[in-house]
Amino acid sequence: MSEQTHTSADHKAEDHSGLSKGKIWKVFGILLLITVIEFIIALWAIPNGHMTQHIGNYIYIALTLLKAFYIVAYFMHLKFEKLGLQLALTISFIFIVYFIVLMLIEGGHLNSYMINH
Amino acid sequence: MNSVSQLDQVKTGPWSGGRSPWSVEYGKIMMWFFLLSDAFTFSSLLIYYGAQRFSKLVWPAPDKVFQSVPGLMEHGAPLVFVGLMTFILIMSSVTMVLAVEAGHRRAKNEVIGWMVATIVGGLMFLGCQAIEWTHLFNEGFGWGEIPSPEELKQFFNGPVSLVAAQQFANLFFTITGFHGFHVFTGVLINIIVLVMTINGTFERRGHYLMVEKVGLYWHFVDLVWVFVFTFFYLV
Repeated sequence: MSEQTHTSADHKAEDHSGLSKGKIWKVFGILLLITVIEFIIALWAIPNGHMTQHIGNYIYIALTLLKAFYIVAYFMHLKFEKLGLQLALTISFIFIVYFIVLMLIEGGHLNSYMINH
Repeated sequence: MNSVSQLDQVKTGPWSGGRSPWSVEYGKIMMWFFLLSDAFTFSSLLIYYGAQRFSKLVWPAPDKVFQSVPGLMEHGAPLVFVGLMTFILIMSSVTMVLAVEAGHRRAKNEVIGWMVATIVGGLMFLGCQAIEWTHLFNEGFGWGEIPSPEELKQFFNGPVSLVAAQQFANLFFTITGFHGFHVFTGVLINIIVLVMTINGTFERRGHYLMVEKVGLYWHFVDLVWVFVFTFFYLV
């Protein structure tokens, strides 16, 4: 019990510019806006020929990463944590990036050389 | 002489001991690292999906597979239903972060209100997913099951590939199922934390860190959905 009180005191003392309600709703607005843009691309821009599916895909992925940034940085509060924790959690994704590149090259190769499948 | 006095000096750097270098509570760090490992699991599933899609010449068109609003429209409304699901999940993420904010102020009743809203949002999402799955089952998709080649024509732009349709069905149910399982456990953990809040456990403890930890998990579930949504429904 005393340990827990200690933790809470520590936490309170060093804590942190917790998100205000206004900021929370602002981030929600940004997330909603990005989703609406994705819908406009999917339901209007691509079907009406203002954009090719290929370019649309790159925009989708960019917007998805932007949404991921807002969720992790603000909702999960990572932006306000110490640099050490931020680096520990983000640098690990080098492995994911490597795996993506590896497997998509593999998939592309199969596409070219195993047409019968 | 000199060296001894240097050893006696109290070190104050963040990694010199005596304090938490990241000033994050232990359980919260562990939750972060669990989520990192979970991100690796989801990534490998999604990367396999990407590799399959890259290797096939044709793939079922999402606009054609997901174009019904169950109960309202059978055809011609691509992305509408999944848009509703996405909105519900983002909304429940917001109520979760509002619960965390109320926890910082130790406002017990506000935490209870926002936690209830989050749980309701999670259950609504699960309900939508159940409807979506039932719809696809009725169309003939399932693990190891696809509609007949004739029926499949309506889901493809151009030539039909049975292998692609099967890979699509297996991966769709596996990945959204794994995500739905996370939503389900998230709802369970949210209910446990809600009961603890109502019982005043966190009030006696003096902090609502547990709400922050379950909040991290809940936001992660939302984060994964952002990627699932993009790669299954948009791309």
